[in-house]
Amino acid sequence: MTATAPRGTGAVTPGRGDGGPAPRRATIAARTLRTDRWWVQPLVTVVVLVLFIAYSSFRAFQNAYYHAEPYISPFYSPCITTRCEGDSFPEFFTGPAWISPALYILVLPLGIRLTCYYYRKAYYRSFWLSPPACAVAEPHRRYTGETRLPLVGQNVHRYFLYAALVFNVILFYEAVRGFRDETGEWGHMGLGTLVLLVNAVLLFLYSISCHSCRHIVGGRLNDFSEHPLRYRAWTWVSRLNARHMQYAWTSLFAVAFADFYVLLLATDTIQDVRFF
Amino acid sequence: MTEPGEPSLGGTDDGRGSGAGSGGGGGYDATFRVWRGDASGGDLQTFTVPVNEGEVVLDVIHRLQATQAGDLAVRWNCKAGKCGSCSAEVNGRPRLMCLTRMSTFAEDETVTVTPLRTFPVIRDLVTDVSYNYEKAAQIPAFTPRPRDPDGNHRMQQVDVDRPQEFRKCIECFLCQDTCHVIRDHEDNKRAFAGPRFLIRLAELEMHPLDVRDRRDAAQDEFGLGYCNITKCCSEVCPEGIHLTDNGIIPLKERVADRRYDPLTWLGSKIGRRRPS
Repeated sequence: MTATAPRGTGAVTPGRGDGGPAPRRATIAARTLRTDRWWVQPLVTVVVLVLFIAYSSFRAFQNAYYHAEPYISPFYSPCITTRCEGDSFPEFFTGPAWISPALYILVLPLGIRLTCYYYRKAYYRSFWLSPPACAVAEPHRRYTGETRLPLVGQNVHRYFLYAALVFNVILFYEAVRGFRDETGEWGHMGLGTLVLLVNAVLLFLYSISCHSCRHIVGGRLNDFSEHPLRYRAWTWVSRLNARHMQYAWTSLFAVAFADFYVLLLATDTIQDVRFF
Repeated sequence: MTEPGEPSLGGTDDGRGSGAGSGGGGGYDATFRVWRGDASGGDLQTFTVPVNEGEVVLDVIHRLQATQAGDLAVRWNCKAGKCGSCSAEVNGRPRLMCLTRMSTFAEDETVTVTPLRTFPVIRDLVTDVSYNYEKAAQIPAFTPRPRDPDGNHRMQQVDVDRPQEFRKCIECFLCQDTCHVIRDHEDNKRAFAGPRFLIRLAELEMHPLDVRDRRDAAQDEFGLGYCNITKCCSEVCPEGIHLTDNGIIPLKERVADRRYDPLTWLGSKIGRRRPS
């Protein structure tokens, strides 16, 4: 006596990518036989990233409330036009008033996250469903991966890393400027200083834990024994690299929170907590 | 073959060891759905099988074979997670049956066992994995530099640590099975070698004695660009090899050196880098 399992209906079957099983494979109609909640992780990823994109886009286009002496929002740092609030960074040009200063710079932080090896995994799975989870069939008929434009462009990740390292220096510079008070006197510190410092540290850890950084500092070598300093650097970056996903998320939350804190100060919603 | 709840066949010895049976010694009757069939068709069939404390899925499949389904085809060998023979999909997840403990399932949970869905089925749980051997044969072989004057090859342990991680591979092909590039797109098998052979390329590429440049071949002949690093191969590896972080991504970075990075190209032209 046997009992035959019900066939799946309308499911995409692994195999040809067009809904039918490949020749000679086991005929199993279900899209997946996984019984765990495999959809939770991509769903959470979509929700968090959509919320971040919505908030950061709103703030980038808002063109206001990004400066509360002595702090500047990381979304607007470095602020490089003469229309910037405050005077934290050299002002290189005067852009049209309707263009937010954030728009000139955000392409670089956006670029490193878009081409980041971790975020690629996250958005390929959660947004493009390619695949939504391991051993769960993807819905696409054809798949060419990163073999052609535009996705072959992911290989420029290292150049966004170089830009991100410059941004990291600027963010530390802005955090150090937070050790002033509202009048510009040095030797003070507030909760905003701490927020900007934590943001700068997490973004720096995210940058240097990146796979491209690991490759550049020593991963491209085959003879570590002849390059002891680079081997040591590679070992150190490799340890950080194991936590790259954690740094990717915590730095994302940190940068949003730092901006939100400056927003609250700039709109006089709260007063900065001064430590000394 | 029995319906759930029906007494097992097999006379007085139903395959239980001492202490088996519901309510005694941790044994119970589990419901198993096992795919049975061949390339012409098949379906999931339901069995009730005794389970003893401490057993793995392969034990239960063996008991099923011994007591109820004498013609059930299953490939296995070492039963210790070292031969890579008993690869299958347990509740939709690619697993070695010998390393999947029954204690990870609730006693009232139906356990579904199917053959690897990426490869042609031969019969029941046995698949034809010759695709992998064909790809293996295409990998350019180890090409060492000339021996030292005393006839020996010498290398430092620190230089060979990275390739040695990939030598842990037992060729269970679970990574190949779960990789959506070929699991969901049969037509990609021509152009894509799969994660197992991408780490074989990475192993040779990182080897301190090997002098052959496989970067172009990795991209053009073995389809490295198809990998979108969603890391399912790393998730299913029973040996815990970090295929993506330590093998495929470093290989992608080396290909980026060769193909997509003008600075590295320039470095090679002035003699500071390996020729590209």
